[in-house]
Amino acid sequence: MVMAQPEVMDAPDLRTLSVAESIAHLKEKFPDAISNDTREGYSGVIVDKQKLVEVAQYVKETLGYDYLSSATAVDYLGEGNHSTDHLEMVYHTYRTTGGTALVMKAQTDRETAELPSLVPVWRGADFQEREAWDLYGIKFAGHPNLQRILMWEGFHGHPMRKDWKEAYYEEETKPFGSRWPGGHVHRAEEKTIFGSNVKYPADLDLGRLADISDDQLYQGFGMGVDTHQMIDHNGMETDLLVVNMGPHHPSTHGVFRMVIKLDGETITQLEPVMGYLHRNHEKIGERNTYLHNIPFTDRLDYISSMGNNHGYVLAVEKLMALGKKYEPPTYRAEVIRVLMVELTRIVNHLWAIGFWMNDLGAFFTPVLYFIQERERILDFFEATAGSRMMCNYMRFGGVFQDIPERMHSAMNLINDRVRDTDSMKFLTEMINERIPRTIDELDEYLTNSEIVKTRSIGVGYISPENAINYSAAGPLLRGSGVAYDIRKAEPYSIYPELDFDVAVEPAGDMYARYLVRLNEMRESVRILKQLLPRLEYTKGQPVSDNNMAYSGKVPLGESYGRVENGKGELGYYVVSAGDKKSTANAWRYHVRAPSFINLTPLGLMCQGGKVADIVAILGSIDIVLGETDR
Amino acid sequence: MDLSLQQLNTTEFPIPTDLQDNVAITSLSKIYNWGRRNSMWPMLFGLACCAIEMIATASSRFDFSRFGMEVMRATPRQADLMIVSGTVTKKMVVPIVRLYNQMPEPKYVLAMGACASGGGPFKEGYNVVSGIDTYLPVDVYVPGCPPTPQALLYGLIALQRKIDGQSLAAVDDIPWYGVGAADPTPVPILGPDIIDPRQMDMIRRQAEEAAKKGSASIGVRTLPAIKAAPVAVPAKVAKPAAAAPAKVAAATPEDDKRAAALARKAARAAKQGTAPAAGDAPVAVEEAPAEVAAPTPVAPAAAVELPSSGKPWEEAEDIREQRKAAALARKAQRAAKRDSSGG
Ligand code: SF4
Repeated sequence: MVMAQPEVMDAPDLRTLSVAESIAHLKEKFPDAISNDTREGYSGVIVDKQKLVEVAQYVKETLGYDYLSSATAVDYLGEGNHSTDHLEMVYHTYRTTGGTALVMKAQTDRETAELPSLVPVWRGADFQEREAWDLYGIKFAGHPNLQRILMWEGFHGHPMRKDWKEAYYEEETKPFGSRWPGGHVHRAEEKTIFGSNVKYPADLDLGRLADISDDQLYQGFGMGVDTHQMIDHNGMETDLLVVNMGPHHPSTHGVFRMVIKLDGETITQLEPVMGYLHRNHEKIGERNTYLHNIPFTDRLDYISSMGNNHGYVLAVEKLMALGKKYEPPTYRAEVIRVLMVELTRIVNHLWAIGFWMNDLGAFFTPVLYFIQERERILDFFEATAGSRMMCNYMRFGGVFQDIPERMHSAMNLINDRVRDTDSMKFLTEMINERIPRTIDELDEYLTNSEIVKTRSIGVGYISPENAINYSAAGPLLRGSGVAYDIRKAEPYSIYPELDFDVAVEPAGDMYARYLVRLNEMRESVRILKQLLPRLEYTKGQPVSDNNMAYSGKVPLGESYGRVENGKGELGYYVVSAGDKKSTANAWRYHVRAPSFINLTPLGLMCQGGKVADIVAILGSIDIVLGETDR
Repeated sequence: MDLSLQQLNTTEFPIPTDLQDNVAITSLSKIYNWGRRNSMWPMLFGLACCAIEMIATASSRFDFSRFGMEVMRATPRQADLMIVSGTVTKKMVVPIVRLYNQMPEPKYVLAMGACASGGGPFKEGYNVVSGIDTYLPVDVYVPGCPPTPQALLYGLIALQRKIDGQSLAAVDDIPWYGVGAADPTPVPILGPDIIDPRQMDMIRRQAEEAAKKGSASIGVRTLPAIKAAPVAVPAKVAKPAAAAPAKVAAATPEDDKRAAALARKAARAAKQGTAPAAGDAPVAVEEAPAEVAAPTPVAPAAAVELPSSGKPWEEAEDIREQRKAAALARKAQRAAKRDSSGG
């Protein structure tokens, strides 16, 4: 088809070029701005920062890479494989029609640390660039609102830089030396004179210790009630009012905060504020060994720990595959992985819809029914992985252990009925009967409910163009009519051989997102049903290669592993560097968190809406703060 | 929840047989506590992963309304119990302390999970507070990551038992039965790093010292390498102890350490030029232990080296000491008041 196109049709033609062809084309087009990334195990192109915006624009408009999946910084300081110390921004761009990534990189030296902002090209870069500014201190020229996003304004230093040490700093990487040398132990608290996790810069000005973290935030908002009264179209007098919501508001799904400017009841401006659960996942992840980090990924999106595990092991396995001694997971391991992930997706959507109902005012009654079903799925997780919520189940090259023959012992004591049952029977019954029944019930009571419909149809609208431009992912993207599901767009694991459809709704409002979740659960059940015979058939096969050392070595290079998690595209960018041959710890470990990036269009979606809809719109995005703030 | 008449009846006072099914005689504390323990309203807010298990505890399978706790209140002003369910970050601890201050007394805090109890898996992170008890008094700790709903229920039952043990008669043991309002917990400040106002003095001192030495940052120190011989550290600090009270001479190792600590404290006091401040209570000085009140002169040179002796909590002891003194003072005041009104 490509060949048959005449030259006039040049423009659409370029949109079908493969990644390698795209790169070749780029080099032709911008000969002095593009060079191949030739470092061992790296891919993509390095773009001259002067030309970055121009190239990005071309990549997006002409080559059709319309979706900026991830933009993140790396600090190459004193790293052997690179000639000079520098900071690097890495952009992963995709086509929403599917396919692999075109990776672009831009470099800057550590002192000036300045790059052009790509927000004019992809709005989705907004929060991600703010994060890079906050944690790495890269200034983005042309960014509309370059403030700290995870730490507070006024914090000293940029903590993800390699030369920034936390107060409890011990060693560069784990495993640390003995915790009990000579019969003594140092508690972390002893590392600072203050006996707690604090460290102040030497230029601490004791005269001015005021909290300035909110000053900039309220700039342009005007504090409190604006005394200039306004007459709206109907002749009613309204006040401008700034309302602060959160971070402990009960319906922000955690510790999330919004500053809202209201004209009467209408939202004129909304600014999300986050970081209240920023627990330094990435910094800790760079100290951890690769294996050590798996339980930490559980705690990202703590509703769907299995999905988080999956993305991470995929990313590291991609790197491991570059080496010699790598054995891919067995077929049974893949089947079990998909089984767990799809169950997790159901848990996630049940939870999301349930709490969205809370936000709409159906306080806690629907949730109780969904949690009931969730508990049963968690029973199965507990029997298999050993823990209800934080499963820590997947390993490189497989999973931690096989599904047990019978479910007992560690099970919940309350529910005597499940304490000793055949686990396959339990699973079969759950997949064939219980879960479909719950979904049908949910569908019956909610889908045609008048209240749900009037509250949600047409509210929280986002157009497909904006959804793509703002890097929305998951149900938020598919609810706007973009059929982009990574399980289809860039298939992984055994998804290619499974028969399922991408749930997609064109309307772009809250109701559409609800329908997407509902249908996605149905599709998951469809997948699960196909897995049952595969589980029977592979019985007895090993589920992991079992000789994974405590700190396995990973060959040099970079990799980006992404999965379709319940909340959207979950990506892990892992760099193995810092050693000559192979490493035991990630040099850079970044999580492309769907909950975080899906908040970028929140202000847009709320604008012009009513104040009562804010919590519902937020609920329809479905965020979890462990992942938003990391 | 059910308290049968037999259980309620706590006196020897004979009740006529025909009234025994209808009348019970009990102490005020018991009935009061019974009411309180069975209507513990937790505050409706979740911090992190542990909050999900808290929600699970509240819902279908575990259902803590069986214990009178289902009324989760979104406003601190109606809550009795703060369940700190997750990682406390520096950014979040500010609102948490404010919320705690807004809760009416009697109020309780339950630290749920490893993070809230002591920092948990994320303890080393630069934005993580090492446990909520560095700012708020905690009544019950529930271990786990996350604690299972059963564990949380157990913790809540433990809290109920604690309430059972409180008595209206022993007003001095329970802060909120005392006279007047309690002092609010000082709200931390988000400066270059989080600043605990209670440590202001110490921060100032350290800043001055760092300025003199020209070091890059304040507060971090290199710990002495631990040698195989366990005596190495105590031995070094034992020296200034020579000037301390006589009982050191007959030292068992424990005494030795204690004496050393006292000496160090005295040295610090000498360095500041004052005895540890006794807060707002002038009475406290008399009540404070005699050994502390008499500072032993120690060469300032030794004092400067002290921070590296591996006992940072000694500093925090100042604060604890102050608080204890203030409490004693209040107690004395109350006693005096009672005496005067009673006599
Ligand atoms: S204790 Fe564990 S489960 Fe609870 S908040 Fe901390 S990391 Fe999450």
